[in-house]
Amino acid sequence: MAEPMRIRATMAGDVADVKVLMNHIMETGVRKDSKTGQLIPAHYITDVNASVNGVKVLDGSLSGGVSKNPYLGFKVKGPKAGDKVVVNWVDNKGDKNTAEATIG
Amino acid sequence: MNALRRNVLKSAAGAGTVAVAVAAGLLKPTMALASAPRSAYDAKNVGDVLKNMGATAPVDSKDITIKAPDIAENGAVVPVEVTSGIAGTSSIAIIAEKNASPLAADFDLMGGAQGFISTRIKMGQTSLIRAVVKAGGKTYTAAKEVKVTIGGCGG
Amino acid sequence: MKQKIITKLLTGMAGLGIALGAATAYATPESDRQELIKYYTTKYPNVKVEDYVYGALAFDADSKSQYDAIMEFPPYLGEIDKGRKMWETPLKSGKTYAQCVPNGGENIAGNYPMFDEAKGKVVTLDNVINDCRVANGEAAYKIDDAKTMGLLMSYLRTLSDGMLSNVKVEGPKATAAYEDGKNSFYSRKGQLNFACASCHVQNGGNRLRSELISPAIGHTVHWPVFRGGDKLFTLQKRYQGCLKSVRAVSPPADSVTLNNLEYFHSAMSNGLPLKASVFRK
Repeated sequence: MAEPMRIRATMAGDVADVKVLMNHIMETGVRKDSKTGQLIPAHYITDVNASVNGVKVLDGSLSGGVSKNPYLGFKVKGPKAGDKVVVNWVDNKGDKNTAEATIG
Repeated sequence: MNALRRNVLKSAAGAGTVAVAVAAGLLKPTMALASAPRSAYDAKNVGDVLKNMGATAPVDSKDITIKAPDIAENGAVVPVEVTSGIAGTSSIAIIAEKNASPLAADFDLMGGAQGFISTRIKMGQTSLIRAVVKAGGKTYTAAKEVKVTIGGCGG
Repeated sequence: MKQKIITKLLTGMAGLGIALGAATAYATPESDRQELIKYYTTKYPNVKVEDYVYGALAFDADSKSQYDAIMEFPPYLGEIDKGRKMWETPLKSGKTYAQCVPNGGENIAGNYPMFDEAKGKVVTLDNVINDCRVANGEAAYKIDDAKTMGLLMSYLRTLSDGMLSNVKVEGPKATAAYEDGKNSFYSRKGQLNFACASCHVQNGGNRLRSELISPAIGHTVHWPVFRGGDKLFTLQKRYQGCLKSVRAVSPPADSVTLNNLEYFHSAMSNGLPLKASVFRK
């Protein structure tokens, strides 16, 4: 059970500025446990998407090359204050997370 | 700066599948893969990444700005921001050329999303950070070098 | 013995033009602090005093820019949240931490370390929290345990963000503890035979191989740090790391030596604003 995502969405002129902080270990799968010498299994977010008022705006893939607790910033023209942003992610183990925020 | 052309030429010499498919009219350029397939993520060098992304021969573009440090404070968390001023930008991919798996992330943008992505990536060593942008059925690219050093008096 | 140490210190620092107050009657913590500020503002006229809170980052725009990018939305917010949950959980007696400390825990960190006359020694805010735990039916935390005290403080200290460092040194016993800390800071130690001051006074703003050295002013107001945005480090853990780097054996966290050092060291940042739980490389 993953910790919640944090989303900050504000209007900057006529563009919605969305910042997302995901909570995830983003283990690459190529690191070795220093004590056992065994490879630590890969565990990272593979897919993330975002929508505003139900319309998809972003469809992305991540890899273990993205830093732990991934940060994602994107901008959308068209929405206005009060509109809803929803972000979803899925990881390579099938764990999911979703969060929403209102554009301020 | 010419590393990309060298890599592209290398893979072209081997007649990359996508290039062949495009030439045979089997795969229209605009169809060449929305979000990069997992095979691009499995690729171990930039040439194969681009091949698997269907991003053959991207054109260098000055309309792509990469904001990334000159020297990374910590290779585990390198802030990278890509801004594409190219009209109709539909996807942005971020590649750390010398990483074991160079393709770090890629994003399809639609529904009013601007040509802008900000994220933080891991870098194993000094390398070019390359952005590959798809816009209007064509592929563009830009790169910036980010140095990664081993710290001194970390303690 | 004391005179020998003082002479050694004076000889060492005379070249820097810093009048170490140890041997004169005019010395006060405040005058020591002013001497350091004068030394730095003379050496680096283009660095604002308020920017010294950023340490080495105040001397390198590329580093500062990365700090700003990470601090926009720090990756370790989940960790601070764990600390918040610990802070809000009542202790066995039913009392909360907020009831143990002045002002509900808000805007107090700048007063520490503090000299506790009753105890006859320097106490840190961590000590106060442990006293609260023990008085309310809980076991004291191991003070250098990042998962317990570390996380709790990573939250508690943020309640004092913006507060100006306000360490007081009043009375002969407090002054003796302060002088002990100053002694530790300025005396050479370890196989490499460096004093803290060798790097952080004489060479603040200079490079040691690829690393920029942070000046002593502004050192103590930005703890804990999350190194690489991930690993929690306290000020005293950093002391231990530095001591190891000069091949000295470090006293343990919460020892009289390190607490006195932190007491002196914090007084040198008086007047600068605190900001807890920040990013460092």
